[in-house]
Amino acid sequence: MYWGSVGEFLAMGGYGLYVWTSFIVTALCMVWEVLALWRRRAAAVAESRGIL
Amino acid sequence: MSFNWSKFSAPLAFYPVAGKMIPWFSVAAALTIAAGLYVGLLIAPTDFQQGDSYRIIFVHVPAAWMSMFLYVVMAVWAGVGMGLNARLSFMMAQAIAPTGAMFTFLALLTGAMWGKPTWGAWWVWDARLTSELILLFQYAGVMLLRTSIDDMRRADRASGVCALVGVVNIPIIYYSVQWWNTLHQGASVSMTAAPKMATLMLVAMLLMTFGFWMYSIAVVLGRVRCVILERENLLAWNKPSPAPEVAEAQS
Amino acid sequence: MSRPGLWDAVRGVVRRDLMLAMRRPSDVAMSVFFLVIVASLFPLGVGPEPAVLKTIAAGVLWVAALLACLLSLGRVFTADYLDGVLEQMVLIAQPLPVLVVGKVFAHWVVSGLPVVVLSPFLGLQFGLDGEALWTLVLSLLLGTPTLSMIGAIGAALVLGVRGSGLLVALLVLPLYVPVLIFGAGAVTGSMAGVGGEANLSLLGACLVLSLFFAPWATAAGLRIALE
Repeated sequence: MYWGSVGEFLAMGGYGLYVWTSFIVTALCMVWEVLALWRRRAAAVAESRGIL
Repeated sequence: MSFNWSKFSAPLAFYPVAGKMIPWFSVAAALTIAAGLYVGLLIAPTDFQQGDSYRIIFVHVPAAWMSMFLYVVMAVWAGVGMGLNARLSFMMAQAIAPTGAMFTFLALLTGAMWGKPTWGAWWVWDARLTSELILLFQYAGVMLLRTSIDDMRRADRASGVCALVGVVNIPIIYYSVQWWNTLHQGASVSMTAAPKMATLMLVAMLLMTFGFWMYSIAVVLGRVRCVILERENLLAWNKPSPAPEVAEAQS
Repeated sequence: MSRPGLWDAVRGVVRRDLMLAMRRPSDVAMSVFFLVIVASLFPLGVGPEPAVLKTIAAGVLWVAALLACLLSLGRVFTADYLDGVLEQMVLIAQPLPVLVVGKVFAHWVVSGLPVVVLSPFLGLQFGLDGEALWTLVLSLLLGTPTLSMIGAIGAALVLGVRGSGLLVALLVLPLYVPVLIFGAGAVTGSMAGVGGEANLSLLGACLVLSLFFAPWATAAGLRIALE
């Protein structure tokens, strides 16, 4: 483990804002993409059902 | 006897195959990304010059590589579709574009997050940043062209031509740091020379890149299944649905 | 009577387009007026300070030329598409890419050449002189045909699509960026004293590349649009 404490980890040597914004936005985008696909699939399957 | 791959070129035949592949790639993605984050954020030492802000490379570089790689793959699928007149190839190209655009956006955003503490500016108009921005416009053009054209066949081909014509930008992005003396740093990893990065940092970066790649495959396969369903919905009535849940209900 | 050769076909296409354009001189006038208006907007917006204008001259004039070209792209294929002549061109025995070069050349004569001819006067308004002015004209002479050739790809892809005006801009502007950078760079280079030759040769290379590859892509786009 490189960090001495949780506080140091979160502070990222003073660059915490930049580092954590990057990681969190990336994670959010990827999660959002998966959720959007989930919804898209549900809509497509529902429409398949609706057609028949 | 060689395996007959061509039977999977029909979208309806590929649908269940893609469905079976997705869990494997999802798990691979989750594991490698978790490992990459562990090594990159918790174990790797700080950088002598840049301090801990350098850790942004663990998302910035994978996102940038995927943005370029996915564009080329999309263009290849479009080319294959036009050459072989295969619908599934066009569907793959259609499925790749949104993920590629997302990674381009992330590359630009995380790049700005890294640039601000390092260079003092959120954005500089140097060759690599500008060409990555143009890549985002290219993704947007390919996607918008498809949605603007109602005829599916024409939409596939037109956005295929658009994707292929835009491939010329990819080498420009990649080599821009060599061709122009720019602010963005040069390549730290090459196939032949010893990497200039500390080993742990390199390991973390490669793990994250591989993880993003697995994630992209899983997401693209998921999206192409949606595209197959949507296109079949447009065409079909009174036909068995490719989605097994619906097909069971029909039978 | 012998079958008309390729050269006759191309000449026929160019002559027809030029004659049609001559009957509507407003097309030439539109490009010219647009260029003048856009170029005039910048001094009005930025202020008439000569030093500032001289600094922005290369970029402003090049962007104005680029926008004029972009706006004119709607006229490359649309008229022929609407009255069925384009279908005939696709069906005849002559290779479509070569005919495309002919059409784009005629389009450039009508929309791009006036820009090149007018540019030195606009350059003078921005305080350019001497070598910089000459480099500006040369860069536009090399650049505007390239812009027309690349633009034709976009015009072919969006034929008959709704909202095509903005869409063609989105498709084509990413490809225009290198031409803009080299063109404006040539002029700023000659103003700075390092000479514009490097950028001008790059512009020439872009022109040659576009002459080779753009007609193929444009022909593919036309066939797709006409299926």
